[in-house]
Amino acid sequence: MFEAAVYVTLKKGILDPEGKAIMNSLRSLGYDQVEEVKSGKFFLLKLKAQDRTTAEEEVRQICEKLLVNMVMEDYTFELREVGR
Amino acid sequence: MKFGVVFFPGANAAECFYVIDQVIGHPVSSIQPDERELAGFDCVILPGGFSYGDYLRAGALAGATPVVEQIADFAEQGGLVLGIGNGFQILLNAGLLPGAMRKNESLRFRCHDVFLRVENSRTPFTNRYHQGEVIKYPIAHGEGNYYIDAEGLAQLEQNGQVVFRYCNKQGEVTPAANPDGSVGNIAGICNVKGNVLGLMPHPERCSEEILGNTHGVRLFLSVLDWWGIHTQEGVMTDE
Repeated sequence: MFEAAVYVTLKKGILDPEGKAIMNSLRSLGYDQVEEVKSGKFFLLKLKAQDRTTAEEEVRQICEKLLVNMVMEDYTFELREVGR
Repeated sequence: MKFGVVFFPGANAAECFYVIDQVIGHPVSSIQPDERELAGFDCVILPGGFSYGDYLRAGALAGATPVVEQIADFAEQGGLVLGIGNGFQILLNAGLLPGAMRKNESLRFRCHDVFLRVENSRTPFTNRYHQGEVIKYPIAHGEGNYYIDAEGLAQLEQNGQVVFRYCNKQGEVTPAANPDGSVGNIAGICNVKGNVLGLMPHPERCSEEILGNTHGVRLFLSVLDWWGIHTQEGVMTDE
């Protein structure tokens, strides 16, 4: 069994109004040192797979077919083996 | 000529169904999300609303249903496909139209009338409008901020795929008339062949006198005209 932690963020250059709004709120709370906030999505998947390579390929497909809008989002994931 | 309206959970399919059935008085059937057979249909409509709660991204889960997979083949064979609001978002997610939707620049759900300039009146959906005509439709969306990269935009413009643009009452395309931040004030686009149209504003919500605006009904009547069906007597037109 594998567990994949998937992080989805907007591609560089794509307007991120949520991140901007959050940054403005942080500034108004006094956190002047915050330079940038990027908003995004997080998914935790558990999947059965023979081995690491198969799991990686499956997660990549899942991301590109559904979880991520490849037109404007980027993704990264961390994969680790977990017990049943 | 037969219409089909896809009934996704959370979508407002009944509005489109009603306009076709009752306002323009034409045969229409409902289509379920797991439908794999679209033979017999000539125009399939993906309605507005919040399919599957808009979980993940607006239109993402509906874009992965069997019926939308079928719609890709259907469109390839020349069938007419109309995506309104959430339906437009579904078409983008499914890759039937280029680009993507971001959250509105204002981060606010915008629900009001907008003016649109008809940029291409030669499509099966817009032949009842005049080129450059200014019309009024309502919008109701939180994720209608259309995005496409510069190269993609140039292609849309070059191919005449931009069908509707947000404008002011005088028909001027200005930043102030853009309700959501869409690239190029784009409110609706079609594919290269012109048989797939997606738009954020809602023609089905301005198709009857009782609603105070009938600009939308001509979009549905355009489809009949395109099929060479003369509008029956008694059917309302706003001309």
